[in-house]
Amino acid sequence: MGGAIARLIAQRIALGVLLLFAVSVLIFAGTQILPGDVAQSILGQSATPEAVANLREELGLNRPAVVRYFDWLGGILTGDLGRSLSNNRDIATAIGQRLGNTLFLAGVAAAVSVPLAIILGLIAVRYRNRWPDKMISAVTLASISLPEFFIGYLLIYLIAVQLGWFPSVSTVYDSMGFWERLSAVALPAATLTLVVLAHMMRMTRAAILNVMQSAYIETAELKGLSQFDIIRRHAFPNAVAPIVNVVMLNLAYLVVGVVVVEVIFVYPGMGQYLVDHVSKRDVPVVQACGLVFAAVYISLNIVADVVAIVSNPRLRHPK
Amino acid sequence: MSRELEYYSRLVARGRLSRREFLGRAAALGVTATLANTMLVDAVRAAGPVRGGLLKAGLVGGESTNSLDPASFLTQVMFTFGKSWGEYLLTINPDGSLRRCIAEDYGASEDAKIWTFKIRQGVEFHNGKTVTAEDVVATLERHSNEESKSGALGIMRGIEKLEASGNEVIVTLKEPNADLPYLMTDYHLIIQPNGGKDNPAEGVSAGPYKVVVDEPGVRHVGERFANYWDADTLGFADQVEVIVINDATARTAALQGGQVHMINRVEPKIIEMVQRIAGVRIENAAGPGHYVFIMHCNTAPFDNNDLRMALKLAMNREEMVEKILRGYGTAGNDFPINASYPLFPDDIEQRVYDPEQAAFHYKKSGHDGSILLRTSEVAFPGAVDAAQLYQQSCAAAGIAIEIKREPGDGYWTEVWNKQPFSTSYWGGRPTQDQMYSTAYLSTADWNDTRFFNEKFDQLVLAARAELDETRRKQMYRDMAVMVRDEGGLILPMFNDVIDAVSEKVGGYVTGKTHELSDGFALAKCWLNA
Repeated sequence: MGGAIARLIAQRIALGVLLLFAVSVLIFAGTQILPGDVAQSILGQSATPEAVANLREELGLNRPAVVRYFDWLGGILTGDLGRSLSNNRDIATAIGQRLGNTLFLAGVAAAVSVPLAIILGLIAVRYRNRWPDKMISAVTLASISLPEFFIGYLLIYLIAVQLGWFPSVSTVYDSMGFWERLSAVALPAATLTLVVLAHMMRMTRAAILNVMQSAYIETAELKGLSQFDIIRRHAFPNAVAPIVNVVMLNLAYLVVGVVVVEVIFVYPGMGQYLVDHVSKRDVPVVQACGLVFAAVYISLNIVADVVAIVSNPRLRHPK
Repeated sequence: MSRELEYYSRLVARGRLSRREFLGRAAALGVTATLANTMLVDAVRAAGPVRGGLLKAGLVGGESTNSLDPASFLTQVMFTFGKSWGEYLLTINPDGSLRRCIAEDYGASEDAKIWTFKIRQGVEFHNGKTVTAEDVVATLERHSNEESKSGALGIMRGIEKLEASGNEVIVTLKEPNADLPYLMTDYHLIIQPNGGKDNPAEGVSAGPYKVVVDEPGVRHVGERFANYWDADTLGFADQVEVIVINDATARTAALQGGQVHMINRVEPKIIEMVQRIAGVRIENAAGPGHYVFIMHCNTAPFDNNDLRMALKLAMNREEMVEKILRGYGTAGNDFPINASYPLFPDDIEQRVYDPEQAAFHYKKSGHDGSILLRTSEVAFPGAVDAAQLYQQSCAAAGIAIEIKREPGDGYWTEVWNKQPFSTSYWGGRPTQDQMYSTAYLSTADWNDTRFFNEKFDQLVLAARAELDETRRKQMYRDMAVMVRDEGGLILPMFNDVIDAVSEKVGGYVTGKTHELSDGFALAKCWLNA
């Protein structure tokens, strides 16, 4: 059995790597067809033709695209992401710091929102169609319906300005200790939690309810098990796969889709970094960010797949 | 009565009483607000600067693509932070006079073609080296080099030769230029060791603070430089920090929550709300910045001066100032100069909204059909609203304006300076000559109104060489009238720059041209004990 799972997992990972290569081709092609010449957009409108020609030579833009792609790919495989065109900084160092910040914020938000969503989902099922269920649904749906910038401003106004519990500016830096950092990201993490909570909670509720219709649940009820035991021991394990899928989707969102929250709370994460460089047409940085985001997405989805396989005997023992 | 008020003013200076409470008590005692304010400023001055603390500013205008290389400075964060760590040859005082920094003295030959700057002795760079004439020459050389891509390149093009001789720097110009000392105050021209030729982005100069943290697009921190040459004037806080806060609401919240002591770019529409926040005051300064509607004088239908005149007369300037700037600004007069500039011609008749005259010129131009105006949110704050107001005021004169709203991304490369009629803004320049040379000379890179006028060009060159102020002022007046009556510029308003500052900040002086005391607020202010 162990061998079969290992093979399945290895297969998934190999597929993921293959997908990542395909994505790298897309990213490279995409940045090549951006309107405007890269050298021209770096030097701006007052550039002289000689300066543009010099820069094109310097950037190697005169070589065929295929050669440039493999150069770039070779660099990435050896850990060299190149240097930013706009301020000549090492991209790997800059991204490392920003990615660390993003993962920290996403991690804090996930650590709060995932258990909370699942517990709320379980409670909603236990008291299905009674007031706890309705209240949980109403509150989480309301919070997902509000745009995230509005939730952010609301939290800033109430918690940062009126109560003064947490700062509204979440700038973090190296010299900060763990608790200081945690206090700095409290508000953005709370905003993100409110944004992703409903999706995961609703999915948990729906998946478990689906299983609850099954005959074996009725058997368990007839055996005299308590409602929570039935949900916890019999229904939840069978509903894990769809729940994990949704959880991973939301985790991916927490990493790659939080530009708005970063801007509102002045948080130095990946989103703001990417947007700044897109507007300056700083292609190497855009490519590197695109690849990092793709890798995050793909690996989280691999995790979801693997969990689904491990938790499902039918996939574990394919005929 | 006044003794009581004096007592209160000293309380304010020591931070025991808020400015608002003070003004309230002054009003109760029957003292006018102006007089009360004057008393306050005197009291604060008398209390003197306080040393120590961490002074923080939350600013819009920083990106993660920023670099400490002064040649690359473009937006507000690097502009302001640069003035904390950088030292210049000369800087402009809030009253318009020049402050002698690394240049202890300066002078020109009779024809204003050869300028000599005497370098102050014993000024130290942050790396311990002494500032020499060679460093100054190297700095100016780097910024005059086409390859440096320096933002100051435009003003350095007129230099023919640079040489260091002892403790003097001798600048020889291609054409005479009486404004050269003012040009040396450009914010890009930070004096660096060997001109920054070795490592332009290392952030070393001789300013009151030295760079200790540089995280582009996030924050920048400076620590007081112990050996600053003029420690009695600048550098009171132990540390200064710029936090990049590009979102307007977040900026206001940070000031309100006490996380920063000053913010820039307060939008006119929220000023009243900011004024209601306890412990915060609005600081606005009339600057040379202005919002414009620009027509290409060489493109149909704008190649007809009657049509241009019709479009100028159809602009309701008072309404623009009132509705777009909420009163924080002044009406423009279709030439790009206002009282912020030395030698401002103040006797030119103010153009006013006159739909009848506009209709007359419109009819005379023979134009038929609607006129396409391109605009975008990025052109200036409220640009789209301004375009709509203009559409209404034009309609009253029988002129049909069609508005096309362009995307913000690419507006400056695809629309501005390309399309014949669009909205835009200018930040202003230190001198009239600079403003005209940048955008109204036939050969200017950014001649965004396509204004080609030989007589005007001759006047610009002649004024540059004219050392007699009366004659020069007359020339500037003639130039202004030409642009006003023949040019493609519709200038409805000069916008104030608006900051908000915490009561904890002492020593804030209203700037002459730019926000945050012309960018010197961090270097100049202190935290009240």
